[in-house]
Amino acid sequence: MTISKVVLETDTSPVTSTGLLDELPKEKLAWMLQKMCETRYFEEKAEELYIRGQVHGTMHLSIGMEAASTGAIAALRPDDLIIHHHRGHGHTIAKGADITLMIAEFLGKEPGYCRGRGGSMHIADIPGGNLGATGVVGSGIPTSVGIALALQMRKSDKVLLSFFGDGATNLGEFHESLNMASVWKLPVVFLCDNNQYGMSAAIKKVTNIDRLSTRAVSYGIPGETTDGNDILAVYQATQTAIDRARAGEGPSLVENVTYRWRGHSKSDRNLYRTQEEIDDWKTRDPIVRFKQVLVEANVMTDEEVEAVDQQAKATIDQAAEEAVSFPEPSPENMEDEVYAP
Amino acid sequence: MTQNGNREITYLEAVREGLILEMRQDPEVFLLGEDIGIYGGAFGVTRGMLEEFGPERIRDTPISEAAIAGAATGAALMGMRPIMEIMFMDFLTISMNQLVNQAAKIRFMFGGKASIPMVVRAPAGSGTGAAAQHSQSLEAWFIHTPGIKVVAPATAADAKGLLISAIRDNNPVIFMEHKLLYRTKGDVAEELYAIPLGKADVKREGSDLTIVAYSIMVPRALEAAEQLAEEGINIEVVDLRTLKPLDEKTIIRSVSKTGRVLIAHEAPRTGGFGGELAAVIAGSEAFDYLDAPIRRLAGRDIPIPYNRTLERSTVPQVEDIVAAARTLAQEGR
Ligand SMILES: Cc1ncc(C[n+]2csc(CCOP(=O)(O)OP(=O)(O)O)c2C)c(N)n1
Ligand SMILES: [Mg+2]
Repeated sequence: MTISKVVLETDTSPVTSTGLLDELPKEKLAWMLQKMCETRYFEEKAEELYIRGQVHGTMHLSIGMEAASTGAIAALRPDDLIIHHHRGHGHTIAKGADITLMIAEFLGKEPGYCRGRGGSMHIADIPGGNLGATGVVGSGIPTSVGIALALQMRKSDKVLLSFFGDGATNLGEFHESLNMASVWKLPVVFLCDNNQYGMSAAIKKVTNIDRLSTRAVSYGIPGETTDGNDILAVYQATQTAIDRARAGEGPSLVENVTYRWRGHSKSDRNLYRTQEEIDDWKTRDPIVRFKQVLVEANVMTDEEVEAVDQQAKATIDQAAEEAVSFPEPSPENMEDEVYAP
Repeated sequence: MTQNGNREITYLEAVREGLILEMRQDPEVFLLGEDIGIYGGAFGVTRGMLEEFGPERIRDTPISEAAIAGAATGAALMGMRPIMEIMFMDFLTISMNQLVNQAAKIRFMFGGKASIPMVVRAPAGSGTGAAAQHSQSLEAWFIHTPGIKVVAPATAADAKGLLISAIRDNNPVIFMEHKLLYRTKGDVAEELYAIPLGKADVKREGSDLTIVAYSIMVPRALEAAEQLAEEGINIEVVDLRTLKPLDEKTIIRSVSKTGRVLIAHEAPRTGGFGGELAAVIAGSEAFDYLDAPIRRLAGRDIPIPYNRTLERSTVPQVEDIVAAARTLAQEGR
C-alpha cells in the first residue's frame, strides 16, 4: 500500500513512510490522529467564537494543514523545543498545550497562556517548550539561531523545530539565519509549512524555484520536500532532520507542501484562487487520509478512529465552555510587566 | 452631495482617490507592496486599482520589506515617484536600513546632487485587537531622522490633499494612515487638490485651552471639546497634519491665545513627539502666556496588549482627554 500520494506536480521522490506503521506504537499513531483532530476542532471553534463576536482581533486558521504541524512535532522528544508563527494553533496543540488555556488566550482572559496580552497570534507555552508564535512573518527564524546556539553552547542534546510559512522564505532573515545556523552546525530543523500562498501571493509567483527546499543547497545543508498532507511523510522527513541535528551535524530544511482551506484571515475574499482549487484540496484532507491509512493497515478499527475524533471534539467543546467563564485581566499596573526585575 | 458640492467619502476612499488621481496624471508614480493587487491591500485601500493601472504600476511584491524599501529608494533615486505600502507600520522595522541609512541620507550625503522622492504609506495605530506587533505608532523614530518627512492626516479631506503633496514632494515621506480612521467619513472635493506639507490646521476654535493633536487624536479631541463646551470650557483643537516639518507658528499662536495646552498622541509617552512639542512651546514666546504647565496625554509605556479593555486603556480615549482638559482648564487659576 502506498500511503503517500504524490501531490506535487514536480515531485520525483517516492515517499517511503509505510514502514512507520509497523515501527510506531499504536498509541503514538492514535495520539497523532488525536492532535490533528483537536487542531481541526479548535479552529472550527475559534471561527465560531469569532463569528459570534466573542473575539476582538484577527486569527489565522490552519484547517487543512494539520499533518504538517502534528507530523513534525510528533517526531520530537517531549523536552525538545519549537518556535513558530501566526498560523500556529496546530503547533501549539501538538506540543502539548492545555487547550483551555489556549482558548482563554484567544478570548483575552487572565488565565490564558499570555494573560490576554498576546491573543491568537502570539500563544507561547514556555515551560512546555513552545517558545512562542510571532506575528511578524519570518521573525522567528533568526531567533531560532540563538535558541539553538544556547542549546549547543550548553551541550544540551535537545533540538529546536523552527516553523515558518512559504512566504517567510522571501525575507532576508531567512537567508541570514540558515547560513549562520549551517556554519555553526546548530541543532535546529527549519520547517517550512508551505501552504502555497502568502496571503494572496502564490508562492509560484513570488519565487522562481519549484521547491523551496532547494534553497538548502546555498547553505550546504540537506533540503527535503514532502507531501505535507501525509502525516507519516512529514514525520519521517522531520525525524531524519532531527537525528542529524541531535548528532551535532547541523540544520536541515524540510518543506511540507500543504494547503490552507480558509482565507488568510478575516479580511480575505479569496479572489486570488479558484473555488475549484480549494475544493480539490479539500479532497486531500489530511485527517481523512490518515484515518483511512490507519484503518486500511489494521492499526485501528473504524470505531476506534471515530472514538478518537469524537473525544477530540469533546475536549474542545469542554475547553471552550470553561474558558468563556474565565475572568478578564485588569488594565492596572501593566507598566510593571514590561521589564524583567 | 453636501452643501459645498463635495461628497462624503471615507478616509480610506480618500487615500485611494488621491493615489488614483495622481497616478492618472503622472506616469512616474507607481505603487509597490504586499497584496496590493488582486487582494486590494490588507485594508482594501488599493481595491480596484490593479484593474485600472495594471500589475506594472500596482506591483505586488514578495514578503520582503527590506527589498521593498530598497526598490522604492532606488527607483526614486532614478527620478521615479514610487509609493510603497507597508502592510502595518510595525514592519517598517524591517525596512529601516533602507529608509534611515539610504533614503534619508542620500540627498545630504551626496552633497545635494540627488533626491529621493518617495512615499511610504503606513497603516498605524491600535484599536483592532491586533496586539503588540501590529498596532504601533512609530512616528517618533522617523521624526528623529533628518531627511525624512512625516505626515499623519486625521480627516478624509486632509488625507487626500496631503497625499498628493507627499507624492509630489522630492523627499522620502512617511504617510501614516490610522486604521481606525479608515472607515470615518468626511467631505472631500472630487477634483485633484494638494494641501501643502508643514501646515497645521485649526480644526476648532476656542479660547480657554489648546489641544495639539494629530491622527486619531484629532477626532477624539474634537469630541472631547464638544462635551466640555457644555461645561463652558472652550477648546481650540490644532491638528498638526504634518509632524515634520512642523508648523510651529500655528501652535505658538494658538497657545499664546489660550494660555493652556494639552498635547495628545497615541504613541508611548517616553521619547514620544509630545516631548518635542512641549519643548517647542516652552522655548517660544507662548511661554509668557502660559497660565498652567504644559500637559501631555500619551500612550502608556507598554507594548499594545491584545485584550480589548487592556488595549483601550493603553492609549488616550475621549474620556481621558475630557478629564485631562477639564483638570488643565482649572489649573493655575
Ligand atoms: C514582515 C511581515 N510582512 C507582512 C506581514 C503580513 N502578513 C501576515 S501573514 C502573511 C502571509 C505569510 O505567508 P506565509 O509565510 O506563507 O504564511 P501563511 O500565512 O501562509 O501561513 C503576511 C503577508 C507580516 N505579518 N509580517
Ligand atoms: Mg503560506
